Amino acid sequence: MDTNTLSRRKFLKSTGLTGAALFLGCYFPASAREAKILNAAQPETTEIELNAWILIDTSGKVTLLSHRAEMGQGVYQSLPQIIAEELEVNLNEVNIIFAKGDNKKYGNQVTGGSSSVRGSYKNLLKLGATAREMLIEAAAKKWNVANEECYAEAGHVIHKPSGKKFHYGELVVDASKLEAPKNIKLKARSEYKIIGKPLHRQDTPLKTNGTAIFGLDKRVPNMLYAAVERNPRLRGVVKSFDDSAALKIPGVKKVFKVRMGVFSTYREGVAVVADNTWAAIQGKKALKIEWDDSGFEHLSTDEIYKRQQEDLKTKEGLSFRKVGDPDSIIQQAAKKIDVVYQTPYQSHSCMEPLNCVAHWQGDKLEIWGPIQAPDWVQDYISKEMNLPRENVIVNLTFLGGGFGRKAFMDYPHEASVISKEIGAPVQVVWTREDDATQGPYRPGISYRCEGVVANGEISAFKVRMAGQNNGHWMGGKKDIANRSATEGFLKPYFDSMKNISVADVPFETPIPTMWWRSVYASTNGFAYESFMDELAIAAGKDPLELRREYLKDERLHRQIDKLEEVSGWKNRKKNEGFGVAITECFGTPVGQVVKVSKQKDGKIKIDKVWAVVDCGWYVNPDTIKAQVEGSIVMALGAATIHEITFKDGMTEQRNFYNYRMPRINDIPPIEVHIMENDADAGGVGEPGLPAFAPALTNAVYDLTGKRIRKLPFSLATV
Amino acid sequence: MISLNINQKTYQVDVSPDMPLLWVIRDIVGLTGTKYGCGVAQCGACVVHMNGEAARSCVTKVSRAEGQAIVTIEGLSQNNDHPLQTAWNEISVPQCGYCHSGQLMSAAVLLRENPNPTDDDIDAAMAGNICRCGTYPRIRQAIHLAAEMQRKGIKNKN
Ligand code: FES
Ligand code: FES
Repeated sequence: MDTNTLSRRKFLKSTGLTGAALFLGCYFPASAREAKILNAAQPETTEIELNAWILIDTSGKVTLLSHRAEMGQGVYQSLPQIIAEELEVNLNEVNIIFAKGDNKKYGNQVTGGSSSVRGSYKNLLKLGATAREMLIEAAAKKWNVANEECYAEAGHVIHKPSGKKFHYGELVVDASKLEAPKNIKLKARSEYKIIGKPLHRQDTPLKTNGTAIFGLDKRVPNMLYAAVERNPRLRGVVKSFDDSAALKIPGVKKVFKVRMGVFSTYREGVAVVADNTWAAIQGKKALKIEWDDSGFEHLSTDEIYKRQQEDLKTKEGLSFRKVGDPDSIIQQAAKKIDVVYQTPYQSHSCMEPLNCVAHWQGDKLEIWGPIQAPDWVQDYISKEMNLPRENVIVNLTFLGGGFGRKAFMDYPHEASVISKEIGAPVQVVWTREDDATQGPYRPGISYRCEGVVANGEISAFKVRMAGQNNGHWMGGKKDIANRSATEGFLKPYFDSMKNISVADVPFETPIPTMWWRSVYASTNGFAYESFMDELAIAAGKDPLELRREYLKDERLHRQIDKLEEVSGWKNRKKNEGFGVAITECFGTPVGQVVKVSKQKDGKIKIDKVWAVVDCGWYVNPDTIKAQVEGSIVMALGAATIHEITFKDGMTEQRNFYNYRMPRINDIPPIEVHIMENDADAGGVGEPGLPAFAPALTNAVYDLTGKRIRKLPFSLATV
Repeated sequence: MISLNINQKTYQVDVSPDMPLLWVIRDIVGLTGTKYGCGVAQCGACVVHMNGEAARSCVTKVSRAEGQAIVTIEGLSQNNDHPLQTAWNEISVPQCGYCHSGQLMSAAVLLRENPNPTDDDIDAAMAGNICRCGTYPRIRQAIHLAAEMQRKGIKNKN
């Protein structure tokens, strides 16, 4: 067992806070299923690792330590909102600070899987309530009255009969001497005053006047800047390079070869270090490099999709799940549907290009950057650079977008290698071209969907996917199916269909791939929900009705009812195309209806999008709506505008002029509804994405009779 | 030495005359509110005002900015209370926030020239600014709100 302990002194040091305070933490005893809360000020607690912490100081200010990064999803807002509710303080009394990377202290810190809230809310509610009860007890003792005569409100404890009150700050010293009470009763949802309200995001002011510090804005004393020319064929190595022109550029200080890890392989490039970013970029452009990238020069996405579809003709792949015997039904059927769907490679293209500051100090390394997985970075770099874990310090900045890309360790590793080489702090800046051409990407995938409809019922359903499996390339077992093939697919279908099978036909290419917002659901959703539409049409059924029939689940039915109602599904008119799709990922089902019409010039216009989200218990409805709106915009780009293609071993897209993004004039009105229920919290940042593409293409089919089976497609030329 | 006037302050910078204004502002002057997104006039993250006009600082040579009145996001208002900043806060527009320096600077020019913009006006003025987080619906809403506040002379709703 590691005895990496957390003392109050250490915590105070890491937060920069000083003085007396009430300090509570929550931890998981080895035997328990639920987290326990303890008073971390007590000496016997110093050996225990804590998962979530709050601290209240003598001025009544509350500090919450977040172990998740802020990348736009709103933890900056939602975690304090949870604490403030049970603690009975105003939201502006709660400060949030971001923990440094350290999975020994905080457990898994990866900001991904739409987990920031759903992974922590129960603990935070308990922490807030426990602190409140301790403050009440401390006040009652001072007044010498019963606890029951007192209540908490807006940062004060009030004695009901007399109206006397104490500010929390006046009570923290006494409260910190008490033992944390057990069996705290949490509020019912109906009693919430802060949770469930569309409160303003606390980080907005920082983001409207230029004061928010993103990775690219980080400055440390004597910092240099670097740009790196990396192998355009991604896996090749540097044979030789000529830096004479680069070194002549004013400001350029040093040029050398670098090698950085990309999961299980390495990537090579040549780094140019300068005293400003522009000089570094100019120097990079002036390099003459000879690469050895033989073996990769013929790689092309056309070829990849062709091979995938060949594989799908013959290979059965790794079965994820099989019910009944769909194969023999399909073989014997006189009439069957047998179609292929294809989804493209995509780049995350965060608005903030990749970057990282590293400062090598001999026996110690400090890193600052927009990082989704600080604990992974710490682990990986300590191994690669041969440093003890605790000597690798990973500091988080705001992330200018993440979407999965910034959970990768390559760019912090590269910055570390460069800092070590020059012995000075350095900020490595990826140009947009670097960001677009180097990946990792969402994998391009082909799906073969086979089905039989008899007597208005789906009698066989078989889907196989062929694409790169992130799990495999990250070191997972290659001979069993992981969840790749079913992410996004609603589980009740497995219960209602008598003959169904889903399998993954693993496929390898040298292209690095990685999670992209909503991961496999982002492409599975398109295949499954389009195919479902095809089956509904074949069965002569209304597509929404078919889902109701096959999704035998009360909660889903309420969601479908809502979707039907808000979208006016039943009253749709002749010249309007309506499409529906329902997907689920990260614990949250989302249904969408898209309405399209044809303009005079023949182009398809998206008139409106309705989304109904059932994420169970939630904190801030406005944040949820924002996440779903953003997911739909991102899905719209991936479905109708951009894709990454490879030719001659290289990415063809370089910047936003040929990896075009949706712009404000591409965006239809989006209406988001949230279901009300008390079910466990589901994710919010990703689940809004997958249903959009199939709802759109199903709507296009409804309007034009044309089935779109390959993304992206152009609305202008359907 | 090139003399720059940024947010009504004068800076003497010793840089190559063809260095883009963006990198001078960020790396030499040290104001990091103006962002790098593409470097090729595609995304609008780097928009600043030059004599009141929106300029993409990533493709503006610093020599061209000499002697001009430059305003960056840090200078849009004294107290973060330009009607657009207030509206942005009111509607919780930013997600990651990275694009919003540029969004606000573009919107500020629109609002000055057109105090009552329609949706189409907004589309035309804002189509040069990419937001990967997809905050477009809220940008539209917030510009309308700011226009309304500006017309009614409300400086800060709070
Ligand atoms: S950075 Fe200037 S327009 Fe993109
Ligand atoms: S808010 Fe993230 S790019 Fe616009």
